[in-house]
Amino acid sequence: MSYYFAIIGTQDNPLFEYEFGTSKQGGDGQAHFNDQARHLNQFVLHSSLDIVEEVQWTNGQLYLKAIDKFFNNYISCFITGSNVKLLLLHQPPSSPGGGASGLGAAASTRSSTSIAANPTSPQTEEAVKNFFTEVYENYVKATMSPFYRANMEIRSPVFRARVVAAGRKYL
Amino acid sequence: MSHVPTGKPTGKEPAGLRYPTNGKTIYHRPLNRSKTSELSQSSFAYLFSEMVTYAQRRVTGIQELEKRLNNQGHPIGLKLLDLLLIREPARSQTRPLNIISLLQFIKMSLWQHLFGRQADRLEKSSNPDTPDEYMIIDNEPLVNAYISVPREMSQLNCAAFVAGIVEGVCDGAAFPARVTAHSVGGNEDGEMWPGKTVFLLKFQPEVLEREALIASKV
Repeated sequence: MSYYFAIIGTQDNPLFEYEFGTSKQGGDGQAHFNDQARHLNQFVLHSSLDIVEEVQWTNGQLYLKAIDKFFNNYISCFITGSNVKLLLLHQPPSSPGGGASGLGAAASTRSSTSIAANPTSPQTEEAVKNFFTEVYENYVKATMSPFYRANMEIRSPVFRARVVAAGRKYL
Repeated sequence: MSHVPTGKPTGKEPAGLRYPTNGKTIYHRPLNRSKTSELSQSSFAYLFSEMVTYAQRRVTGIQELEKRLNNQGHPIGLKLLDLLLIREPARSQTRPLNIISLLQFIKMSLWQHLFGRQADRLEKSSNPDTPDEYMIIDNEPLVNAYISVPREMSQLNCAAFVAGIVEGVCDGAAFPARVTAHSVGGNEDGEMWPGKTVFLLKFQPEVLEREALIASKV
């Protein structure tokens, strides 16, 4: 399971991006995108902004859940009060045979309940929500700096470390 | 907290970036404040008078002065929007989707946070030509408590600063608007609130358009 996370400002400008992999169930925490996909991810993520703009007015919640899917890429969205979007692209490992059935019995039961294999399950939604909530809190702290103006790139290494920690904790 | 970087910069960071000696950054401080953490009004009044003086130093007219005060408030509004939202209990954390809920948020949460009380009234313009105008009424704005406006500048209302904060909240929540402050206390005798101020919110046409679209879908 690989993730690509980005914070998009109100002018559709990226403020922060981070690529990582799952740390659950023996994951090494590294993203396994191939070189082509890494460029594609940014397109896929940004193309889902159109859908965000539709969904955001039907629902006052901050967490909009999985809003878009592009082949094997799922996009989850969290939108802040000031219209900054936290977007997470998750790519479940493409297993041979088109599903968990092709794997060994023990492995399949484990991977079929893992959040990696089920991008739309309630457990995944909850895990992603926790991740977003933690990043949101740190984002608000970043904006509390009197030197931070809206839509500025977030460069703080402390912020990055916090996002890394949240990713390791929940995903 | 093992992920907190130590004082030593690693290779990736730009040179010259320094951490506070105690290792505490803005990320280590909680966003929630206890209810009693209020600021002294006199120190605010002192600071605010300096802000007005600063804004006044390089302007030619009252309109420009109010514009500057407005600009000083705008970023505060943008930031307060997210801060107040995250302080809400998780259940009621919702973004305002229509003008009414946005105004309620401003009247209750924002005013409560800034001034320790709610705004006095909300009104919608009764003029059919201006359906995009809403008013927030404050009988005695805190910022004007120690400000006496000279006669020749009677047009000035320093609550333009608060108008800027409100404008920042509206813009941040994707309800772009122009917000201006107007004194309506009047000079007649028997006026109960001589400092009464109306914050006039004029929303952009696209806000009303969207509002109608959302209402038609429900």
